[in-house]
Amino acid sequence: MNHGPLQRESPDRLYTVTGGRGGADARALDSVTLIVSECEPVPGMQSEHAAILRTCVFPTAVVEVSAELGLPVSVVRILLLDLLDAGRVAARHPASSVQRAEGHDPETLKQVLLALQRL
Amino acid sequence: MPSNASERRAVPVRAPLATTADNALKIVVVGGFGVGKTTLVGSVSEMRPLSTEEVMTQAGAGVDDISAVRDKRTTTAAFDFGRITIDERRVLYLFGAPGQKRFWFLWNQLFTGSLGAVVLVDTDRVRDSWYAIDRLEHHRTPFVVAVNRFGPGPGLAEVRRALDVSDRVPLVDCDARSRESSRDVLVTLVQHVSGPVHGSAPTSASTPEDTP
Ligand SMILES: Nc1nc2c(ncn2[C@@H]2O[C@H](COP(=O)(O)OP(=O)(O)O)[C@@H](O)[C@H]2O)c(=O)[nH]1
Ligand SMILES: [Mg+2]
Repeated sequence: MNHGPLQRESPDRLYTVTGGRGGADARALDSVTLIVSECEPVPGMQSEHAAILRTCVFPTAVVEVSAELGLPVSVVRILLLDLLDAGRVAARHPASSVQRAEGHDPETLKQVLLALQRL
Repeated sequence: MPSNASERRAVPVRAPLATTADNALKIVVVGGFGVGKTTLVGSVSEMRPLSTEEVMTQAGAGVDDISAVRDKRTTTAAFDFGRITIDERRVLYLFGAPGQKRFWFLWNQLFTGSLGAVVLVDTDRVRDSWYAIDRLEHHRTPFVVAVNRFGPGPGLAEVRRALDVSDRVPLVDCDARSRESSRDVLVTLVQHVSGPVHGSAPTSASTPEDTP
């Protein structure tokens, strides 16, 4: 599950994990987009993909997947796009990403305030 | 941060989010090294802060094409985060992000869509906050300034002058080690975001400024 300290990941290793791909579309996944597995790992699957499917049985933010796998966020985004393309995970995007112009809705702000006041 | 490797191994199992969770929110705590970002996040988080990294080129840009990772000139920016469950659908993530100029790429992506930011200030190193405040104002991201008191230091009015922030920006004292104090900083931010000011056009008449 944990691939060890990030500091020891060699650049070549990161390159291999993502098959040397990349691109601007990786940005479409916010750092807090919640990822949910849609299936179980299958035999022969790339180990990072299998680890993501195990991690995301419950909704898990992109940054949590990154921390869990011990891989940088940008690498995890690319791995997640593979799984999204294959329909193996679903992405629940933050409401803020679609409502940016109007800001956050008042009900959300109110609920956040109430939750903080309960701390 | 050098201590991350040993910390990561000791992180306890995260309690999973509810299966109904579908709307994650963000607040970013930004400040210089050692100012108390991780402490503040940990004080209010429902889990011990997790740390992770983003890859950047040494010029501070993001990695568009992951093959750039092969380039030896890439570096990583570490950041950490905690979490507060709001209700069955909403969850708030709190990020602690380094404030130095070379990390702008990292916090640009964290600020996008965030509720707002907390600029955490050490009165001995007020200048460390100038760049972050400048970028937040430029992006019109609502923010509050919290002075993490490590000991005696200048009063809030003096800090406000040194930072050169408008009277519309809430400025508060805090002790990042205290859950109540850290919570109050976040409450101040959310109230600020909810208010009529909202980090946008000056509407000074309605400013609920609480500093003397
Ligand atoms: N005296 C005092 N120490 C603090 C306070 N907040 C944080 N510290 C300590 O300062 C050090 C750096 O804090 P940390 O949260 O790791 O800073 P970061 O680099 O901004 O994440 C730690 O040893 C903390 O225990 C505070 O309010 N008062
Ligand atoms: Mg820290």
